[in-house]
Amino acid sequence: MDMDASSLSNGMGVENELHVLAVDDSLIDRRLVEKLLKNSSFKVTTAENGLRALEFLGLGDDQKNNLKTTGSKVNLIITDYCMPGMTGYDLLKKIKESNALKEVPVVIVSSENIPTRINKCLEEGAQQFMLKPLKQSDVKQLRCQLMT
Amino acid sequence: MDVVQLQKQLADYTRSLFNEGYLDDQFNQLQQLQDESNPEFVAEVVSLFFQDSQRLVNELAKDLEQQSVDFKKVDAHVHQLKGSSSSIGAQRVQKACISFRNYCDEQNIEGCLKCLQQLKNEYSLVKNKLETLFKLEQQLLEAGG
Repeated sequence: MDMDASSLSNGMGVENELHVLAVDDSLIDRRLVEKLLKNSSFKVTTAENGLRALEFLGLGDDQKNNLKTTGSKVNLIITDYCMPGMTGYDLLKKIKESNALKEVPVVIVSSENIPTRINKCLEEGAQQFMLKPLKQSDVKQLRCQLMT
Repeated sequence: MDVVQLQKQLADYTRSLFNEGYLDDQFNQLQQLQDESNPEFVAEVVSLFFQDSQRLVNELAKDLEQQSVDFKKVDAHVHQLKGSSSSIGAQRVQKACISFRNYCDEQNIEGCLKCLQQLKNEYSLVKNKLETLFKLEQQLLEAGG
């Protein structure tokens, strides 16, 4: 990992902000999660689908052959499970398959409490599964987990 | 009306919306998210909900008019509406969506059409209620509250 005088080893930038990428196909939910995260002092980027998320992370199809990582540094990825096209689970798999990104914690959120779905995600390496709609207390808990 | 009366009117109206099940705790969560940096947050999110719901209700009407109804499509649209109503705390709309999905599972067109009508009614009701709520808040602000 590149280290220079201005960044700490856990990937925080000069501003000491934790950066979250939030992925959800619902505009309302993107707006909500963005506000929740900003209220907890996170820097937030949102993406409306898995493909856009991968592009942002530097794993887009046209970026795969680049030796340099062109993706932006994030400390946490929160993704909705149910999305058309690439589901949150598919996205999770792609992230865990990437050497550059597999250490980034991925939290899966869903409005549905389905044990087989939850187990599938945890087995694939998701840090946590959370029920929608997220509350401020959920986000505070995530922040605590990231800081330790 | 003076500020104190307007405050009471707003509080009473808000309480009635919760008591009658139009709104649930998620709406409280939304209000708590609003702050000086985003004083219009609740109005903004509710407005997104109105637009989204109108679009989805229209899509559902189209879906159910088809010669051969694609229940997967119907279900996907209802799922979206269930999600957004849940996100803003529009409890009765959310509940109507849950019933709707059951009829989708059964591939019951009559049931789905009835649910769509119920959904339209619930959406209309909560829209009116929220618009009234915002008006009362505006009145209070203008009166100096």
